[in-house]
Amino acid sequence: MAVHRREGLFLAIAVGVVAVTFGVLAEAAGLSLPQVIVMSTLVFTGASQFAAVSVIDSGGSSGAAVGSAMLLAARNALYGPVVARLFRGAVGTRALAVHMTIDETTAMASVQDDDATAADAFWWTGIWLWSLWNIGSIAGALLGALIGEPEAWGLDVAFPAAFLSLLVPHLREAPGRVAAVLGAALAIVMVPLSPAGVPLLVAAIAVGPALWWRVRGPAS
Amino acid sequence: MSWPALIVLVVGAYGCKMFGHAVLARLAVEGRSTQGILRWFPDLAALIPAALFAALIAVGSLGTDRALQVDARAAGMVVGAVAAWRKAPFIVVVVLAMAVAALIRWQTWV
Repeated sequence: MAVHRREGLFLAIAVGVVAVTFGVLAEAAGLSLPQVIVMSTLVFTGASQFAAVSVIDSGGSSGAAVGSAMLLAARNALYGPVVARLFRGAVGTRALAVHMTIDETTAMASVQDDDATAADAFWWTGIWLWSLWNIGSIAGALLGALIGEPEAWGLDVAFPAAFLSLLVPHLREAPGRVAAVLGAALAIVMVPLSPAGVPLLVAAIAVGPALWWRVRGPAS
Repeated sequence: MSWPALIVLVVGAYGCKMFGHAVLARLAVEGRSTQGILRWFPDLAALIPAALFAALIAVGSLGTDRALQVDARAAGMVVGAVAAWRKAPFIVVVVLAMAVAALIRWQTWV
């Protein structure tokens, strides 16, 4: 198996483990199994799904759950300009690519050397991920009682840890390092000040100073 | 969660992804052949993963509901970060981070 396809599978396995946590929490929050399945197949953006079920679990309304989930889904819009040029095929193919435009697929595509490999990495990561995300969600919803507290297994660090390896290639050049440090700092500052999801949107502002660094900075 | 709310979320989540592909990506393409402010757009787009993935890591390590908290997650993430920096395989990074977080919790709970 090509390296990028294998790495996509490993990423999907790690995120599939996170999906088990989602299933456990969704079941505990009172979602039915069909609702869990619809969410994981059709919403298909993990952070939003977690946000929705945690609002429901803490007694919030369905409307509040959607609002909070949408704040986390909004960042997927920022990935369009990163990956859209890879897909020039039929409308149906592009519609599927849109559905799969999330953190993980963008990450795998953005660390490849050329566009053809990037597109292949995007598709394979998307297919592995979609499959394992759904299997994990269903398993969590059905076996919640057996798993107990997902935190005891360290499941809550699986997602951020998965992005450590995916961030490293973006740190090779100075503008990437500026964007990363500033993005992390902005997000941390915003956590106490804003609802979940907003810190990640604010972090995107970091690309401005990072680009300025590339254009005007000491390197040039 | 009510079914109508869930359907709104399905449509809204897809709409966000679609907005990126149909509107923001088009701006980036137009940026390549213009002298206006849009000419910076492709370069800005290329830096988005660095900013957002670093933010995901930071919030996932320290963020809780509207507060910052240093706990077992941060310890796991530090170990994972060292492993990633040393170019450890992806699975090793994730398993190490999870194992350290789980061990610390187990030690503090018993």
